[in-house]
Amino acid sequence: MKQYDVIVVGGGHAGVEAALAAGRMGAATALVTFRKDDLGVMSCNPAFGGLGKGHLVREIDALDGAMGRASDYAAIQYRLLNRSKGPAVQGPRVQADRARYRAAIQKIVANAPLVDVVEAEVTALAITGDTVRGVQINGEVMLHARAVVLTTGTFLGGKVFIGDKSFPAGRMGNAASTILAQQLRGMGLPMGRLKTGTPPRLRRGSIDWESLEQQPGDDIPEYMSFLTDRTIAPQVSCAITHTNSQTHDIVRANLDRSAMYGGHIEGVGPRYCPSIEDKISRFADKDSHQVFLEPEGLDDDIVYPNGISTSLPAEVQEAYVRTIRGLERAEITQPGYAIEYDYIDPRALDLSLQLMALKGFFLAGQINGTTGYEEAGAQGLVAGLNAARHAAGEEPVRFSRSDSYIGVMIDDLTARGVTEPYRMFTSRAEYRLSLRADNADQRLTPLGIAWGCVGPQRRHVFQSKLEALLSAKALLQSQTFTPAQLQAAGHRVSEDGTRRNGLELLGLSGFGFDVLETLHAPFADISDEIKDQLTKEMVYAAYLRRQESQIAALRSDEARAIPSELDYSQISGLSRELATKLSMARPKTMAQAARIDGMTPAALVLLLARLQKQEKRARA
Amino acid sequence: MDTIFALASARGKSGVAVIRISGPRAHVVARAMAGNLPPLREAGLRMLRDGVGERLDSALVLCFAQGASFTGEDVTELMVHGSLATVTAIEHCLAQDHALRLAQPGEFTRRALDNGMMDLTQVEALSDLLEAETESQRRQALRVLDGAIGKVVAEWRAHLVKAAALVETAIDFVEEDVGNFDDMILQELRAVQAGLQSEMAGQRARERVQTGFEVALIGPVNAGKSSLLNALAGREAAITSDIAGTTRDVLEVRMDVGGYAVTFLDTAGLRDAPEQVEAIGIARGKARAAQADLRIILQPANDISDLPELGANDILVRSKADLGPVSQGAISAVTGQGLDWLLDEIIARLSALTARDGVTVRQRHAQSMQQAEAGLTDAIDKICQGDYIAELVAADIRTAMTALDSLIGVVDVEDVLGDIFSNFCIGK
Repeated sequence: MKQYDVIVVGGGHAGVEAALAAGRMGAATALVTFRKDDLGVMSCNPAFGGLGKGHLVREIDALDGAMGRASDYAAIQYRLLNRSKGPAVQGPRVQADRARYRAAIQKIVANAPLVDVVEAEVTALAITGDTVRGVQINGEVMLHARAVVLTTGTFLGGKVFIGDKSFPAGRMGNAASTILAQQLRGMGLPMGRLKTGTPPRLRRGSIDWESLEQQPGDDIPEYMSFLTDRTIAPQVSCAITHTNSQTHDIVRANLDRSAMYGGHIEGVGPRYCPSIEDKISRFADKDSHQVFLEPEGLDDDIVYPNGISTSLPAEVQEAYVRTIRGLERAEITQPGYAIEYDYIDPRALDLSLQLMALKGFFLAGQINGTTGYEEAGAQGLVAGLNAARHAAGEEPVRFSRSDSYIGVMIDDLTARGVTEPYRMFTSRAEYRLSLRADNADQRLTPLGIAWGCVGPQRRHVFQSKLEALLSAKALLQSQTFTPAQLQAAGHRVSEDGTRRNGLELLGLSGFGFDVLETLHAPFADISDEIKDQLTKEMVYAAYLRRQESQIAALRSDEARAIPSELDYSQISGLSRELATKLSMARPKTMAQAARIDGMTPAALVLLLARLQKQEKRARA
Repeated sequence: MDTIFALASARGKSGVAVIRISGPRAHVVARAMAGNLPPLREAGLRMLRDGVGERLDSALVLCFAQGASFTGEDVTELMVHGSLATVTAIEHCLAQDHALRLAQPGEFTRRALDNGMMDLTQVEALSDLLEAETESQRRQALRVLDGAIGKVVAEWRAHLVKAAALVETAIDFVEEDVGNFDDMILQELRAVQAGLQSEMAGQRARERVQTGFEVALIGPVNAGKSSLLNALAGREAAITSDIAGTTRDVLEVRMDVGGYAVTFLDTAGLRDAPEQVEAIGIARGKARAAQADLRIILQPANDISDLPELGANDILVRSKADLGPVSQGAISAVTGQGLDWLLDEIIARLSALTARDGVTVRQRHAQSMQQAEAGLTDAIDKICQGDYIAELVAADIRTAMTALDSLIGVVDVEDVLGDIFSNFCIGK
C-alpha cells in the first residue's frame, strides 16, 4: 500500500500538467498511465497555440507549466496569428515535432522530484462516503491519496468510426478503459455524448511539394514560453493546397457512407472544426476549401492535412484525397476517423474543478467536454493545483474571468456546461483587451509565486522583467511635455493645455518610441523587449480605463460564493421560474447567477440579501 | 414564496372595490372563503365567509392561472362592495393566513417584471398609463405597455449581434480565409445608427407628451399676454391689469389642449430700461421662452412697428383685435375672437411635433440611446478610416449592446428599478 497526496489518472496533456503542478506545489504525486512512453503524445494535429489557445499556453507557462517550454523545444515553425491586428487578439502558434514534444515532456516529468510515474490501468476509485480515498490499479493494488485527478480524455465509452465500421477505443491503437467507466456511470453523474474527427494521415514522400504554395514561418519568432530566448529546432515550411469540385463530387456521392452522416453517431461535433462532409453539405456554394499540409516532425514521414477530417470509408478517403493538387499520388498511412465519447457535464464541478458530489475528486480535459491540447493542459494545471491544495487542507485557488482565459474557460464550463466540444476563442473573453498573450506573466506569475507553483528560475526571470518594466515606466513618467512643445517638434496633438508624460504619449496615435526618443534621448536606453511590452499596454489604455469599474464589479460578484446546497425555493419574493432556473444551474458565485438567462436585477438583490443573512447567521 | 394581497382600487367609498391576491396560495385562500371557485378567467358570484363561517360580502370572484396572469403567478381578484368596512373585513380575514401578507407598494408589478411578464419599459409605461391625464398620454403609454420599445430594441440588437459576429469572425477565424466583411459590418451598424437617430429625433416630443409641452407667451409690455392666458384658461390665473409690467416672473398654467398636456408660460413683458427687479423677471422669462416647445409672439393690432422674425416653432398673433384693424392672426381676449383659431394652430403644431414614428418616451431612454449611438459612431468611424483595430470595434459594439440592454432592463438597472417602484401606489 502506498500513500500519495495526489494521484493523477491519465497521461495526456491534462494529466501531465496536473501531475507537474501538484508536484511543484510540494504534493507527493503519482501519475498513473497505461504506457509511460505515451506521455506527451499529440493525438490530433501537430500544433500548439493559435487564437485563444496561444493565450492559454502562455497562461500555463506563466504558472510554470510544461506546455510552453516543451512546445518551444518541439517548434519547427513559428507563426503569430493576427499579426496585423492589435496585441490582444494576436495568438502565438507553432508546428510541433511529435518526437521532440514527447521527449521534452518526458524529460520534464522525469526531472519532477515529487512525481512518480506508475504504469498501470486504474480499475476502480476507492470511495468512502462522499470522499475519494485513492485508486485501485490492475484490479488488485490500492494506491491511497487525499485527492485524485481524473484526466482520461475520450476513454469514457470511446468509440471509433471509419465509414460503417466502428469499434470501442480510447484513441487509435489504445484500449478504452471500460471498468472504471462502468463505476463512473454507476455514480449517476450527468453525462452527454460528443464527437470529434481526424483527417487521414499522408506519407510525406508521396506528396508533390514542388507544385504547392509554401507557407513559411515568421521571420521573427514569437516564442510560446516566457523563458525561451532562442529558436531551438530547425525551422520548416508548411504547404497549402485546396479542395476542388471533383473532391466535393466524390464526398457528396458518398455522404451516406460517412459515419457522421449515415446516422451512426449521436454525439454532437464542433461547429468550428467541421469535417469535410460538413463543409461540403453545409456550405454548398463554396467550391474550394483550404488544406494545410503540416509535417508531423523533422524526421517524421507523416503529414497531417489540416482541414479534411472525415469519417468516410478508407477507400473513399483515398479517392477524394487524390483529387487534390499535390496529393495526386498521396499514400494514406492511417485513414481519418471520428471518435465519439461520453463527457461528464462540467456543471457538476465547482470552480476548482472538483466534482461537487465527491470530495477530493477532480476532473480535467476532454472528460469535461472540451477539445484541444491547450484547453486540456490549462484545466489539468488548475485541477493539479487544487488537488494539491485540497491534500494539504488549504482553500482552493480561484481564477477570474477578468484575470485569465483559464478563468473564462472554467467559468463557462461550470456555469453553462457544453453543447459541443468547448474550444477557446478570444471572443469568449469579454475583457480580452487586458487578457493578452503578451502579459500572461504579469497577470498570473505573481499569483503562482504566492501559491507556490512557480520555480526559482521563472521567479527570477519574471522579477527582473518586472523591475525593468517599472523603471522604464518611471523614466517615461518623469518627463512631461506641453502641447506647445510637441507642436514645435512637429507633432500633431490637441491644444488642451494638458502636460503629458512619456507613458501617456505612448497611448496616443503617432507617438511610438521612435518619436519619443527624439523628444528625450534617454528613452532610447530602454530595452527592445520592454519597449514592445509598454507599447502593447498603451494601445488599449483608454478602453482599459473604461472597463476598470466593470471589472471591479465583476470581481466582487465573483468573490461572493453561493453555497451549492442553497434552497432557492425558500427565497421569499423569488419567482418560481427563476428559482427553478437557479436550482438547475446551481451558480457557484453571484457573477455566474447574474449571467443566467432571464435573470433580473431584482432577483439578484433577493439572492444577495439571502446570502448576507446566512453569512450573518454563520458569524453569530 | 409569499402570497401577497392588496386593495387594487382606490381606497375609500366606491361602488366596487377590487382586492388582488397573487402567489402560490392565491387560489387556496379564495376557495376557503368562497367555498368553490369559478373556472379560470370566468367571473362567478360567490358569498365570501371568514374562518368561522361568518358572511363577509357577496363578491364577484375571478381567477387567473400561473403564467397567464398579470404577475405571472396564481392570481385571484375579489370584486366586493366598496365600503371601508367591507374591505377592511376581507383584508383582516386574508391576513389570518400566515402565508399571506399585505403587498409592498409596486410589488405586484415587480413580480410581473421578475416573472418576465413585462420588461422594464412596459413597467414604466404602466406607471405612465396610471398617471395619464390626457388622451395623447394614454395612447402613448398604451403603445409602450404593448412592448413597442422591446420590439424595436430586439431588432437593433439582432443587427448588432450580426455585426459583432462578423467582427469576431475576422478575429478568431483569420486562418479560415473568410474574406473581408467591412461592408456588411457597416451596413448592420448603419441600420442601427439610422434607427437610433430617427428615434432620438422624436424622443423629446414624446417625452413632452408625458411631461407636458411648454408654450410660452412672449411680447412687449402690455401686449395682452396675461389677458390671453386668462381667456385660454377661462379663469383668472395671472394677475392682469393695464399697468405695464404687472407680470414680474414666469406664471404657469397647465391645460389639456386637444388631448395634449400643455403648460402655458406667461412671461414678463419685454421693454427697455426696466427697474432692476423687473429686469430679472424679463431675463428669466426670456430663458424659459427660449426652451419652450412653442412660442406665441404677441404684437397688439394697433402696434405698427415691424413684425418680429419668426422661428419654426413660433406663432404670431395680433392681440387686442378689438382695438385695431383686423388682420390675419388677430385675436381678442375681450371678444374671444380668434381664440379657437389659436387653439387649433397650437394643436396642429404639437401633433406635427409628435408625428414622427418612434416609441421611446423617457429621458432615461434617450440617455441609453445616446450611449449606444456614441459606441456605434466610434465603431463606424474606425472602420471607415480603414486599417482599424478590430478588437476595439468589437469593444465599441459591445458598449452599444450594453446600452440597449439597459433600455429594456436586462442589466444593471437596480437604480432605475428602485426609482420606478417607489412611484407605484400599493395594489397596482
